[in-house]
Amino acid sequence: MFGLGILSGLLIVPLCGAAFILTLGDDTEASKRNARWAALATTLLTFLLSLVAWSRFDATTSSFQLIETHAWLTESIRFKLGVDGFSMPLILLTTFLMPFCIGASWLSIDKRVKEYYVAFLVLETTMIGVFQALDLVLFYLFFEAGLIPMFLIIGIWGGKRRIYASFKFFLYTLLGSVLMLLAIMAMYWHAGTTDIPTLLHTRFPTGMQTWLWLAFFASFAVKMPMWPVHTWLPDAHVEAPTAGSVILAGILLKMGGYGFIRISLPMFPDASLAFAPMVFALSVVAIIFTSLIAMMQTDIKKLIAYSSVAHMGFVTLGLFTLNEQGIQGALFLMISHGIVSGALFLCVGVVYDRMHTREIAAYGGLVKRMPLYAAAMMVFTMANVGLPGTSGFVGEFLAMMGAFKANPTVAFFSVFGIILSAGYALWLYARVIYGKLEKPNLQGIFDLDLREKIIIAPLVALTIYYGVHPAPILDTFAPSTEALMQSMKTALSNTQTAAALPPVAR
Amino acid sequence: MTVAQSVLPALWPALPELILGVGVLVLVLYGSFRGERSAEGVNVGALLLLVLALFVVMSQPGTKVTTLNGSFIVDGFSKVMKALILLGSAASILLSRDYFQRERIDRFEFPILIVLSTLGMMVMASANDLISLYLGLELQSLAAYVIAAFHRDNLKSTEAGLKYFVLGALSSGMLLYGSSLVYGFTGTVSFPGIVAALNDTTVGFGLVLGIVFVAAGVAFKLAAVPFHMWTPDVYEGSPTPVTAFFASAPKMAAMAMTVRIFIGAFPDVTAVWQQIIVFVAIASMALGSFAAIGQRSIKRLMAYSSIGNVGYALVGLAASSQAGISGVVIYMIIYLAMTLGAFAVILSLRRGGQMFETVDDLSGLSRTHPVLAFCLAAMMFSLAGIPPLAGFFAKFYVFAAAIEANLVALAIIGVVTSVVGAFYYLRLVKVMYFDEPLAPYDPMAPGLRIVLGLSSAVVILFVLLPAPLVGAAGAAAKSLFAGS
Repeated sequence: MFGLGILSGLLIVPLCGAAFILTLGDDTEASKRNARWAALATTLLTFLLSLVAWSRFDATTSSFQLIETHAWLTESIRFKLGVDGFSMPLILLTTFLMPFCIGASWLSIDKRVKEYYVAFLVLETTMIGVFQALDLVLFYLFFEAGLIPMFLIIGIWGGKRRIYASFKFFLYTLLGSVLMLLAIMAMYWHAGTTDIPTLLHTRFPTGMQTWLWLAFFASFAVKMPMWPVHTWLPDAHVEAPTAGSVILAGILLKMGGYGFIRISLPMFPDASLAFAPMVFALSVVAIIFTSLIAMMQTDIKKLIAYSSVAHMGFVTLGLFTLNEQGIQGALFLMISHGIVSGALFLCVGVVYDRMHTREIAAYGGLVKRMPLYAAAMMVFTMANVGLPGTSGFVGEFLAMMGAFKANPTVAFFSVFGIILSAGYALWLYARVIYGKLEKPNLQGIFDLDLREKIIIAPLVALTIYYGVHPAPILDTFAPSTEALMQSMKTALSNTQTAAALPPVAR
Repeated sequence: MTVAQSVLPALWPALPELILGVGVLVLVLYGSFRGERSAEGVNVGALLLLVLALFVVMSQPGTKVTTLNGSFIVDGFSKVMKALILLGSAASILLSRDYFQRERIDRFEFPILIVLSTLGMMVMASANDLISLYLGLELQSLAAYVIAAFHRDNLKSTEAGLKYFVLGALSSGMLLYGSSLVYGFTGTVSFPGIVAALNDTTVGFGLVLGIVFVAAGVAFKLAAVPFHMWTPDVYEGSPTPVTAFFASAPKMAAMAMTVRIFIGAFPDVTAVWQQIIVFVAIASMALGSFAAIGQRSIKRLMAYSSIGNVGYALVGLAASSQAGISGVVIYMIIYLAMTLGAFAVILSLRRGGQMFETVDDLSGLSRTHPVLAFCLAAMMFSLAGIPPLAGFFAKFYVFAAAIEANLVALAIIGVVTSVVGAFYYLRLVKVMYFDEPLAPYDPMAPGLRIVLGLSSAVVILFVLLPAPLVGAAGAAAKSLFAGS
């Protein structure tokens, strides 16, 4: 229709939903209800559409598929969309998590309902756009555009320090990204295009690669977030409403990892190799240091936020091992963490809606009154720890294996992260769920209602399913990973032969 | 040969200017015969004149034509810049109606002065020698001094007019002195003549001095650092529609003039002026970002914002390439839309006849006036350069040109200051969306609605259909470089 394919459909449907919700009336109960149902219908429709896209997706090749391209800024900066093995699972993760976010906000968001769902649907478009963009300018556009709705979500519907958190989130990520914009321009003048498939085969001079890599790193490291530029994340997480935290942890953090695998590694292989030790160091510090910080938190959300930083440390570690196990592990961990951390934030939201506090000390003995909740929480806690049989295990194991191959010392230190994660996650579980139910205001707490069961059950199922049967995701990533390894190997050996050659006589 | 045969073809390229010039005289006559009651009619007449001139400008072919002994040039660049000037002036008249009626200073002189000033600006955009440039500039400035003090019983407004006049006259003097030095050392005032003269002489100290003085005069008209001091006071003191005018059309003309001088007359001596422009750009971007943070008054905030924006536009000029000038033109197009949109919102902050002009008065606007708040938020995110809004593309093109010209340090400083600037733009969004609402404002006047609607459409929808504006800017820039 109108020359638009299914990928533009994925961008347009949420926007149409947002436009429809905007036309609804003001703060009457009926219009609030309509806004909720319209948002839910839109996200479900988007999810179905992404499933259709998946069914047309051929997971056996590494090439870009479902490509569509439209005239845009210039001849060489085009509106180009496409998916490959790296982006397809992340798009599915995005569209899959969105209905849960809408569901989780059903009752807890009661003021300015209309605007809330509009912001979320616009955010969905920008997130899907990041993963679909096959043009660097378009990629940047979506990458940054997501800041606007997220800024509003944290700032309007957030907690007490929402204004501080929203400004910090916005300015921190913006400062990281503007350097990436300059790098994109430099690439444009060097290669004459910002078309990603073309740039994947463009060899940038080694010296230039260093600067470009650093500029992109500034952006992706903040987005990831990597230690020491992670400090915006705990603030943003704590203040954001539940669904905002789910999206932050589930999707927005994955954009950094996706950027590394889509741009930094394949386009700047020499620089990636050269900077790998630095990334290892930062990753190990993130894994150990933020795990220790997580242990000392008194706020449940903050604890999970720090644990996210630690897990993202495993992702960067895996990506820069530059071997197949490491990268596959990192990618799997991104998907798994998207589901698990999203689910953990949803679980926090469940008790927060009842008690309106996130202090660990305010809870205890919930298992007595909330057996179902305790069971679900246990699955996610175990997945967060990386227990075999849950999806968290597969990714961490592969990433560690890759790290061991690349650098045993790094692998040795990163193992502590797993031990520490067991420490903070189990301790949290023990303090919140176990113990005596002695706090008087907890006596009347009730277990999951139907809406919450519907939200949490699929996440439990997926966490366990991908724990015992990770093949569907890994197989989708595999061809693209292999192609990446191949191209990097060629590029790096070219550089080495060039270096080995005697200098040309002048 | 009759007079008609020899004179008319020579005047033909200047038809839009003639329309304005003759039309404004008719309006003066009409206004002085009808007296104070004529304001309505003169306003409509002025608006029609501007629209008519716009049509003529748009229907002119984009090919390069010089006339009046080579002192007046019409090309792709002048076409786009004149269209912007006319749009800015027309929008300013639309914005002013309601305000002047309510303030009871609804005099017929205002639209006439706007049209006269516009005439001067069009001559600036078409100037092909130093004399016609100065003529246009003075016509524009003199009218502007008067309308700055248009609220003549108001102390701040008269102070703004006086301040503007004294400093403006000083800067005109500097520009004129610089021009005389350039004339003295090259022997000609015509831009092509200067280019030719510079080809076969080395650039001596006197000429450098001349260029520096010209640059200083230009920087004043642009309100670029270090000649920006008048801007916040004049913006704050002038009646708000006049501020909207100052921030829109004259900026376009000043930028057109700057490009004409540096690219038209000194394209081969970039080494002399590039460092000046780089310094002015950096200083303007930095001051515009940092000084705006502490502002409480929206008008002062917009003044600093305009200083910063001139800095960003000058980044494109500093690149002194075709891509750079194209970036400057795109920047000015988008800046015009953002500024007019923002002022349309500022002018509608009126409750019970009283204007509100501080940032805190926007508190909770998203609850009381959701559409207004949405539009202003779009303007603010756009001014901060956040995609997918138009302001991002404005910055994109100028910084891309800077990177191409290897001005990496300039580009890095530019993007970092844009993050600092984002802070105060965000503060406005925060006030509108996060804070508690105040009592609702009066309904918006129709003129404001038109301007706000059009500029919001440009700012929000640019991302979907960038080709026409980018193409026009590209053609404009090409016309300046086609000869070389």
